Amino acid sequence: MRLSEHSFSTLVSVQGPLIFVERVIEARMGEVVAIVFPDGSETEGEVLKIQDDTVLIQTFGDSRGLDMDHSRVVFTDVIKQAPLSIDILGRAFDGSFRPIDDIPMFVPDEWAPVSGRPLNPVARARPQELIETGFSTIDGLNTLVKGQKLPIFSVAGLPSKEIAAGILENARTPAQVSRSGQAFVVVFVALGLTHHEYAFYRDTLDRLRTHFVAFINLAKDPVVERLLAPRFGLTVAEYLAFEHGLDTLVVITDMTNYCDALREVSTAREELPGRRGYPGYMYSDLASIYERAGRIKGQAGSVTLLPVVTMPEDDITHPIPDLTGYITEGQIVLGRELHQRGIFPPVDVLPSLSRLMQRGIGEGRTRGDHREIANALYTHYAKGRDVRRLEAIVGREGMSDTDKTMLDFADAFEKEIVHQGRERRDINETLDRSRALLVRFGLVQQ
Amino acid sequence: MSGRITGISGPTVSVHLPGLRLYERVTVGNARLMGEVVRLEQQRAIVQVYESTRGLGIGEPVEGTGTQLTVRLGPGLLGQTFDGLQRPLEWLLRADGPFMQTGRESPVCPASGTLRFQPLKKRGEEVRAGEMLGYVEEGTFRHPVVTVEKGGTVSEILEGEFDPAAPLARIDDVTEISSFHDWPVRLPRPYGRKQTIFSPLVTGQRCIDFLFPLARGGTAIFPGGFGTGKTVLEQSIAKFAEVDVVVYVGCGERGNEMAEMLEEFSTLADPYSDRPLMDRTIVIANTSNMPVAAREASIFTAVAMAEYYRDLGCNVLLLADSLSRWAEALREISSALEEMPGEEGYPTYLASRMAEFFARAGVVETLDGKVGSLTLMLSVSPPGGDFTEPVTQACLRTTGSFFMLDTALAHRRHFPAIDWFQSFSLYEDSVVSSFDADISPDWSELRRETRTLLQHEERLREVAEIVGTEGLQDSDRLVMSAAGEIRQRFLAQNAYTEDAFSPPRQTYDAIREILVRHRDATRRLEEGHLPDESLKIPT
Ligand SMILES: Nc1ncnc2c1ncn2[C@@H]1O[C@H](COP(=O)(O)OP(=O)(O)OP(=O)(O)O)[C@@H](O)[C@H]1O
Ligand SMILES: [Mg+2]
Repeated sequence: MRLSEHSFSTLVSVQGPLIFVERVIEARMGEVVAIVFPDGSETEGEVLKIQDDTVLIQTFGDSRGLDMDHSRVVFTDVIKQAPLSIDILGRAFDGSFRPIDDIPMFVPDEWAPVSGRPLNPVARARPQELIETGFSTIDGLNTLVKGQKLPIFSVAGLPSKEIAAGILENARTPAQVSRSGQAFVVVFVALGLTHHEYAFYRDTLDRLRTHFVAFINLAKDPVVERLLAPRFGLTVAEYLAFEHGLDTLVVITDMTNYCDALREVSTAREELPGRRGYPGYMYSDLASIYERAGRIKGQAGSVTLLPVVTMPEDDITHPIPDLTGYITEGQIVLGRELHQRGIFPPVDVLPSLSRLMQRGIGEGRTRGDHREIANALYTHYAKGRDVRRLEAIVGREGMSDTDKTMLDFADAFEKEIVHQGRERRDINETLDRSRALLVRFGLVQQ
Repeated sequence: MSGRITGISGPTVSVHLPGLRLYERVTVGNARLMGEVVRLEQQRAIVQVYESTRGLGIGEPVEGTGTQLTVRLGPGLLGQTFDGLQRPLEWLLRADGPFMQTGRESPVCPASGTLRFQPLKKRGEEVRAGEMLGYVEEGTFRHPVVTVEKGGTVSEILEGEFDPAAPLARIDDVTEISSFHDWPVRLPRPYGRKQTIFSPLVTGQRCIDFLFPLARGGTAIFPGGFGTGKTVLEQSIAKFAEVDVVVYVGCGERGNEMAEMLEEFSTLADPYSDRPLMDRTIVIANTSNMPVAAREASIFTAVAMAEYYRDLGCNVLLLADSLSRWAEALREISSALEEMPGEEGYPTYLASRMAEFFARAGVVETLDGKVGSLTLMLSVSPPGGDFTEPVTQACLRTTGSFFMLDTALAHRRHFPAIDWFQSFSLYEDSVVSSFDADISPDWSELRRETRTLLQHEERLREVAEIVGTEGLQDSDRLVMSAAGEIRQRFLAQNAYTEDAFSPPRQTYDAIREILVRHRDATRRLEEGHLPDESLKIPT
């Protein structure tokens, strides 16, 4: 611990979210600083880099109004931590962990560093238990399991917001009672929301029957705060999961805004830009978020992560979805064409995949016939889609009867299984409907 | 020797500590993080830190150790899981709990079980430097225990079970001899000479063994976009490859994947010996959220261990997933060092560093006259699935085989998604002839036939796009039908079923059955009596 107050007014440059301070004695990597404006107001920042007595600081707040002569930087000697308590359930905060629900801040039981620590790979338990989202395309065909990270790949103009809200509202785990008498919670992290979107999500949170914690960064809020909010969310999730044994589902929307904030800071640091201007370390940085999903052997609780990623220019090879796909365990891909035909949720099951599904389904997990049904739906729908392409060339008349059946099957699958509107389906209902559809088309035995 | 930290940038720190040597291992800060000197300048040294630098402060102490970053080699490595710095992860779990802490030194000896020592010398006997004192048995392996630096009189020597952390023998009362020794991480281990005779490395994957066979001592890369099946393929090969030792490196990839692999491996048997599969396996897990400098080192830690077993006369297979994450770690460190960037920000020495690494594969005559081999199989994760990027390109310049994983095949759920037109193996000539000799003389004949059919199908497919399959001639429809079978029933191989492992004999039978049927059908068509259902083309 340092003895005297560690305050410096030797700012030498301010550039967007970055501040250089000189003649600093003693500073730590990642140390939290308070930046005091000439008018006495404060914002927070963090040490990014130190060379001799020059320190580079990134502010999380707005740096507008800073000057070189009357501003001060106070070093706190601690790295960024999150306050934790079970009383956090039901609360909403901004991206800097300040309450936005007009209730006073809770009294923390403990604090934990927001960057977290890597989970020892041999301590991990393999994800294999279902989390039901209520959507057939996910539960039936791309099953999400506890401890998995499964992103939703959306494109501009698609209802990813409604899907995220649907999941917040409808996600469940097979009931389990834990120490705190609660089994399942959702942590919602929103980055760069417009006012309209905020209003929408507030309504959703008001309707939630499960417990939740929300971190909301609005479009007008500081951009750099977007780098912090997901880490607050995950630190809270790890606490709820591994200290209180809760199954925690973290929904983050939209990781594209996170990556843009990362790029903004990187550009300000004059770092060499990588693909499309995103920094070369974006893979490691995203991994430091996504990899926090998991389960621990011999412990109750889990952190499951469902980030929403909007693919810029509808391009799945864009660095944001690409690096996300390289880290996550599958992807749920939304299709514009399905949306245009009024199908909700417009999940295109062909490019979608839950890589951890195989262990999470079947006898003892979901149902004995789950695998058979999922495989049959996928195979026949894939055929139907192939045939649909053919139809565009040769017309329906020129097609064989089997091909026509496949076409009809694909249509029926989209209308009856993919499309479900706001209705919630549990896993049994999803499987029953799917089986009935397959039977109707003579594609599985009764 | 003690100095202090003068700067911190990402995974590197600058320190003021005169007298440090290049590549010396240092402990950094109050937390005693592990680091390595990577650059020396007049006033400062730059240290690459193998653990998270968060919380590290200016002015904190730095100490040199006088030694390089090393790997500890000896009995007890098999069956274990290490991080990129060779710290046993089970041991870290017991010491620190499920979340990893910083500043932990490795235990003295990586071995955890009981080991037995069989001495060859007696107390009072004279021994020369480098002479063998005895050996330690570990499963089927015999680890020689030698006097490393200088000879003398054996003043003490054990026999039977021993404590791996204690010495096995003493020379002239002072020199302690242990069951293990340390080897600098980045230094290739010496050998007698390299051989150029290649024998097949059976992987159990039909597409590889049959079309693009691999040689012991060879190198292979398989680049592919996300979800194209790199990890599943690597893990399948780790299970079924016909080798003595497998070193598997999860380099900057997923933690859940490692957990799944470890759990699965612990329940399986080695298909060649019926011993537990883990008995021949060493796993290195430095996942994507673990420190990036340790990720960079993990590949070298792995190859040093692999070479150690090669030197015991073993056939060793090193699998790394993914080499791209290693290259990215190199890029992150290089950029923190403010080095001049090359293509896509990778350091200009990327290609040469990779070539040096590839050069560590080979079949060698060891210093003591045994023959051992080290084969490298590396996955590559090109950004956006674009193979023109620097890492794939650098690999292509040196690799002996190339399995291109195709996103379109993966989307159609054809796994392994190896593109049969773009992939190649430079070992095929020598290796195929040994399949001819060992399995069946028509192995290479069947290969040619298979290739021709697949190429023919490709041409016909283009025609069919225009005229429809109905418009094809009967003989062409037969070709389409046979090629379809080859793709679906032979090249595709589901890793989650019994079919996951196909020994060469079975591979041969499978392809032969398809081809014989095709020849038959062709003949009957020529004779003019072919039933219609033979002409059905599978989708
Ligand atoms: N041989 C196979 N048999 C059956 N399914 C497979 C096979 N190979 C891959 N798959 C399917 O593809 C999915 C992705 O495979 P894998 O995890 O190996 O991809 P990857 O190339 O390693 O991706 P990434 O680069 O993101 O790590 C698997 O979860 C599995 O569903
Ligand atoms: Mg992989």
